[in-house]
Amino acid sequence: MSLATATPDIIPATAAPRRRGYWRALWHKLRYDYVTLFFLTIIVLIFAAAIFAPLVAPFDPNKTSMVYRLKPIGYRHFFLGTDELGRDMLSRLIYGGRMSLMMGFVPVVIATCVGGFFGVVAGFTGGWVNMLIMRIMDVFYAFPSVLLAVAISGTLGGGVGNGLIALTLVFIPPLCRVAEAATTQIRTRDFVEAARASGASNLSIIFFHILRNIVAPVLVYASSLISVSILLASGLSFLGLGVEPPTADWGLMLSTLRQSIYVQPLICAMPGAAIFIASLSFNLVSDGLRQAMDVRA
Amino acid sequence: MYLALLLRETYRTSAGVVANPMWLYVIRRILLAAPIAIGVTVICFALIYLAPGDPIQSLLPPEATQADVAYLKQVYGFDKPLPVQYLKWVSRATVGDFGTSIQTNRPVLGEVRRALSHTLIISIGAALLAFPLAIALGTLAAFYIGRPPDRIATMASVVGISVPNYWLGIVLIIVFAVELGVLPASGMGPQGSDDFSLTQWAQLKYAVLPVLTTALVPLGIIMRSTRAAMADVLSQDFIQTLRAKGLGQGAVVRHALRNALPQVLAVMGLQFGYLVGGSILTETIFNWPGTGFLMNKAILTRDIPMLQGALLVLALSFVSINLAVDLLQTAVDPRVKRG
Repeated sequence: MSLATATPDIIPATAAPRRRGYWRALWHKLRYDYVTLFFLTIIVLIFAAAIFAPLVAPFDPNKTSMVYRLKPIGYRHFFLGTDELGRDMLSRLIYGGRMSLMMGFVPVVIATCVGGFFGVVAGFTGGWVNMLIMRIMDVFYAFPSVLLAVAISGTLGGGVGNGLIALTLVFIPPLCRVAEAATTQIRTRDFVEAARASGASNLSIIFFHILRNIVAPVLVYASSLISVSILLASGLSFLGLGVEPPTADWGLMLSTLRQSIYVQPLICAMPGAAIFIASLSFNLVSDGLRQAMDVRA
Repeated sequence: MYLALLLRETYRTSAGVVANPMWLYVIRRILLAAPIAIGVTVICFALIYLAPGDPIQSLLPPEATQADVAYLKQVYGFDKPLPVQYLKWVSRATVGDFGTSIQTNRPVLGEVRRALSHTLIISIGAALLAFPLAIALGTLAAFYIGRPPDRIATMASVVGISVPNYWLGIVLIIVFAVELGVLPASGMGPQGSDDFSLTQWAQLKYAVLPVLTTALVPLGIIMRSTRAAMADVLSQDFIQTLRAKGLGQGAVVRHALRNALPQVLAVMGLQFGYLVGGSILTETIFNWPGTGFLMNKAILTRDIPMLQGALLVLALSFVSINLAVDLLQTAVDPRVKRG
């Protein structure tokens, strides 16, 4: 769960200004990367299960039963057994995916916009503005990411909203750094100079020349944060911050099932396995994307 | 005036030679770290205002009397403007007064210091286990790049990075404590933390599972960066020259490692910082009474002074570790510019 970023040389020296059909070329590269495609399929499946949870899940995820508590895998009609309150594990895992995916994506998306904005401003303006923005980001870097997330949501109190705020704050500095480094590199290129010479305004230079060239490194980096975000969010729920019971969430399920490891060890390990599979898939797809987009990290 | 001189990257000696001695660099780096440390204290201070409700309420137990509230208001100076409050808090913190824990009624600093020593047992153990292994595996992968050993090592490192370590801890407990019954599931010894000794297996075995759990993430990350750095070095011309001169594989590895290690050193330092500062989840699972466990307890009981103190100590040690690694890297690698 690290937020290590590489600042130097994010843009390969040969990167030409965007060619037409960039995304199509990207897809052509990805098409033959079977590992990435395989894990992309898993992500799509998790997404589909989460979106269509009410249709896919065999039972109500919150329906408790005193009789069917902690039943093993395959007990009667409970495909993956039941949890400590007799709720169907499969249904809860499917519904839990909704929460985990949301907590994985929303903070990263918001942080990409906010951090990207500050990064571009800092990189494009330079001087004391850059100094000010980047030094403030450095302060947030002085906290290990887990510590910062726990401290913020710990003081704000539990709940999904506070968890989202904490995670977003954690991801803004690293994304700002990546955007700043990329912008600083692009800003001094000849084509920016040429655009300025031909009378382009700052705003149009940012939109047409800077943004399009920093999309690849920022996107690749952001995609690598999704798995971190899922891990951190589940970690928060595991600690009793973030998602609150009885909502189905993988981290929370792992935490409440912990008391039952002596009774049904296999069932207790399942929510964690779900977190692991999701995080692994996002990591590998991000790696594939990095290779296809030719971004150094 | 002197400050400006120190902050300059080079200075002229009496003989007119431009010099950039190490001691000057050390002082400059420390001066540059100072604003970050100050920023850290600001964030820790801001925490009590982030907490919902009146800051006084978050500093006092719910059964506090009206007199207590008035007393605390005066002591903490909550009636004064924010900058004054901050300066008061910082000046108390610099002399080691972090306030009193609401829960235990003992000074925060003592509790945090005790917990930190427990955390360090796990962090250092995990570092000793993970770092050499990661360098060995990363080097192996770089030598066989694209071939099966590399594929396996790379896959293993991705797994290490992706695995939620709180889940890994539970799985290890299930396997070694529940099913096999060979290692204890949690705690820090039969008599608690006071009796812990590193020389006796009866106590030491309590640390085995936490160390294994925490070691996996740095293992994966350092392996990755060792592989990348080594692959970079191995593709350079001088390696080919070494091979052409007839050097054996071992000697080539030695040369390459000397070039790649300083880069990896930076990653290792960062990872060690994460081990110390990010221990909350593993410590909660294993009931290991370290700083993370302390913080978790402080959050559950809304013990804000304790949370604040633990956070400040952890963040400042993270800053110092990064500073130390930075200086070490400059000292061992002449290529790093003392800028």
